[in-house]
Amino acid sequence: MTRIELTVDGARVSDDVEPRMLLVQYLREKLGKTGTVIGCDTSNCGACTVHLDGRSVKSCNVLAVQANGREVTTIEGLADTYEGGELHPVQEAFRECHGLQCGFCTPGMVMQAVDLLNENPSPTEAEVREGMEGNLCRCTGYHNIVKSVLHASSTTTTGGAR
Amino acid sequence: MIPTQFEYVAPATVQEALTALAEHGDEAKVIAGGQSLLPVLRMRLNAPEVVIDLGGIPELRGVRDDGDAIVIGAMTTHHTVLNDPLVAEHAALLARAGHELADAQIRHRGTIGGALAHADPAGDLGAPALALSAQFVITGSAGSRTVPADEFFVDLFETAIGEDELLTEIRVPKHTGWGAHYEKFVRVAHQWPIVAVAAAVRVAGGTIAEARVGLTNMGSTPLRARSVEEALVGQPATEDAVAQAAARAAEGTNPPSDLNGAADYRTHLAQVLTRRAVLAAAGA
Repeated sequence: MTRIELTVDGARVSDDVEPRMLLVQYLREKLGKTGTVIGCDTSNCGACTVHLDGRSVKSCNVLAVQANGREVTTIEGLADTYEGGELHPVQEAFRECHGLQCGFCTPGMVMQAVDLLNENPSPTEAEVREGMEGNLCRCTGYHNIVKSVLHASSTTTTGGAR
Repeated sequence: MIPTQFEYVAPATVQEALTALAEHGDEAKVIAGGQSLLPVLRMRLNAPEVVIDLGGIPELRGVRDDGDAIVIGAMTTHHTVLNDPLVAEHAALLARAGHELADAQIRHRGTIGGALAHADPAGDLGAPALALSAQFVITGSAGSRTVPADEFFVDLFETAIGEDELLTEIRVPKHTGWGAHYEKFVRVAHQWPIVAVAAAVRVAGGTIAEARVGLTNMGSTPLRARSVEEALVGQPATEDAVAQAAARAAEGTNPPSDLNGAADYRTHLAQVLTRRAVLAAAGA
């Protein structure tokens, strides 16, 4: 077992974990943060996307021990990073534009969209499609997801969470 | 799936990492960003007893100017490399290829050194490293040695890095003013290239003065398309001249056949993509 200490959604946590434990397992099984989901388990689909020190990563492709000393933001803590509403503007935009059907990919989509808008607050449609290429959706054909991200970029000037 | 159990070592310096490597030998696997290694461990294609994590070694990160070369620390992420102003000015080909590599999340975690040391012949950075005549700084307990790109890639997933050594830096000779392009062919987004071509071209007065072309996934290692390079030099940077040279792209290659394409299809792709890459690099 290896001791890790990190910040998850603003709270300091520490645990003894097996080195082989994936970050997504740690979030779900140790911390109960099941908002972050496991989709493909092969680092393809992006459903498990969280922010590690402010940048999007696929949490099924990071060991929990690699997050030692670092800061993780999940979909469950995203709204708290934004002062001004119950939902983060990107979450609000996904609701407004119906950027989902079954909703399974949505946590990852939202977290990647926030990262994309942090880096490029006013993306073109092509830039949104390219920036979201690591996230798969099997329902929507992506149309409303892209619309949601563009909507979020037009409704917020702050970009989003860091 | 999750990996089999392993012991985890997190050195704070290169020296500590080398000590751990010496102690554990071939039972150990080095993890950089982990974006290639973790899928391998999760599918249990490899089951090392010890994993040595280079993530806590600050000296391995960053891009610096070193006179006639830029030096990229092995643990520098793809995202950092492709956004770095020194890379943009002096080694644009690396930024072009880095942009095509995987997806945003992977580029935030994955590292240039990890990808090159993994030596997947379908990896996006091998061919650019060849085309830029990169030098690989490999460090062992006795010190560092420098290996040219042409000698770095030995075979499928095999490089010149010894069991007790680490890839610490990639030195890229400045290609200031050179044109660069990476032309990658895939069926779906963020896939491994079926074939890709990296071209670095220096045009002077409408004539191709120097050209280097690297091929991705045309054999067990990334390859130089030397016949193309030779055929290009001295030619006008025109569609006809480039197409003639590009027809030789598959000479000396041994492309694989798999579900994405047969060898003869890859041969065809190499020629087409080489023409496109060289023309784009030459600004023609």
